[in-house]
Amino acid sequence: MEPIEQRGYANPDRLVSTQWVADHKGDPDVLLVESNEDPLLYSTGHIDVAMEIDWTRDLNNPLTRDYLDEAGFEALMSRIGATRETNVVFYGDRNNWWATYALWVFSLFGHERTKIMDGGRQKWVNEGRPLYQSVPNRPTTTYRCPPRDDQTNRAFRDGVLRHMQEGKALVDVRSPEEFTGERLHMPAYPNEGALRGGHIPGAKNVPWAKAVDPATGEFLSATRLRELYEGGARLKPGEEVVTYCRIGERSSHTWFVLKYLLGYPNVRNYDGSWTEWGNLVGAPIER
Amino acid sequence: MEGLQGLLELAESLESLDRAERIETLTDYARRYQPVPESVAGKPYPERNKVPGCESEVYAFLVPDSGVRFAVENRQGVSAMALAAILQEFFGGAWANEIEQVPDEIVYRLFGRELSMGKSMGLMNMVATAKALAGAAK
Repeated sequence: MEPIEQRGYANPDRLVSTQWVADHKGDPDVLLVESNEDPLLYSTGHIDVAMEIDWTRDLNNPLTRDYLDEAGFEALMSRIGATRETNVVFYGDRNNWWATYALWVFSLFGHERTKIMDGGRQKWVNEGRPLYQSVPNRPTTTYRCPPRDDQTNRAFRDGVLRHMQEGKALVDVRSPEEFTGERLHMPAYPNEGALRGGHIPGAKNVPWAKAVDPATGEFLSATRLRELYEGGARLKPGEEVVTYCRIGERSSHTWFVLKYLLGYPNVRNYDGSWTEWGNLVGAPIER
Repeated sequence: MEGLQGLLELAESLESLDRAERIETLTDYARRYQPVPESVAGKPYPERNKVPGCESEVYAFLVPDSGVRFAVENRQGVSAMALAAILQEFFGGAWANEIEQVPDEIVYRLFGRELSMGKSMGLMNMVATAKALAGAAK
């Protein structure tokens, strides 16, 4: 892949290379955060100064099927040593799937100084860069955040229903089999509780992982991303988009691509996603 | 203690630990993971031995007098390596047949309930495959 600054992204500063991380990981205003699907992975080795954010333990409130509140986010950020001025660089396993999910949750609290390490953990490892097991001793801070903003980057079912009725763009990032209703869940994954198979009427299907080069895990160039989303899925540049998947994690990856790499001004992630819509009384679906 | 009783005791022990201690114990198992011997199976491993739904690309083999052995092809598949090591340690040799009695929820007891859907499915399929291999060998 060509260097990030040559890929034509709308916001190239949202993506950093592994070399950038190697050069800047010691900067006091940079905080590396590893966020993985595999909860054991961080403890086996991570970039020396990287803190861990576990998506279930640190970001979710399982009792309300919601994310942490302002107090919870302030406690998390204080614990990992962040201030409002800190540049948080996320990386992780599975092509940064969980890293973009964490970044999206950060966006709800207005922490905009966030970036993704292109290629994720696997690229760092493949390049022979070192990993360490000791947890960094980063000084704690006292972090204060504004009220959580659930409007700008997050969509809820009533809003999605209006969005659909107005004929606005929806991107379903699940597998084609889930999209058509052939499956209720990812191939070989368990059914996550949806009674109906199919998709939200009008949605276009672009599986999330198509946005990365499978060989390196790096994001495709803007030209190739436009071919994918505007050529294939016929999104119109700049139009309002809602992304969704099964519970909102895969679609956070596509949200990141559309919002930051292609510069769509109004992209929201519907975290209720198919587990909500597929069960919702009165909500129409297509197969 | 080996066999099912030993596994259940390990699960009970892990459930009593805090998150960090549980992770430390499980990663210790992952470090002890030994892939299936080349004398049993070599790369590329047969597709028929692949554990379905496991994104760490895991293969399972029944080795006579030794029990079920695994090959975890994903270097980042730490949880898969930990489970492979646990199953291999507790159900080797004379204890091999007891693997059929392993309860389905053992993955949650060992790893906790905060696994992603994909991760839990892959690990549960490793257990299911091991049980199926042991059953088919009767």
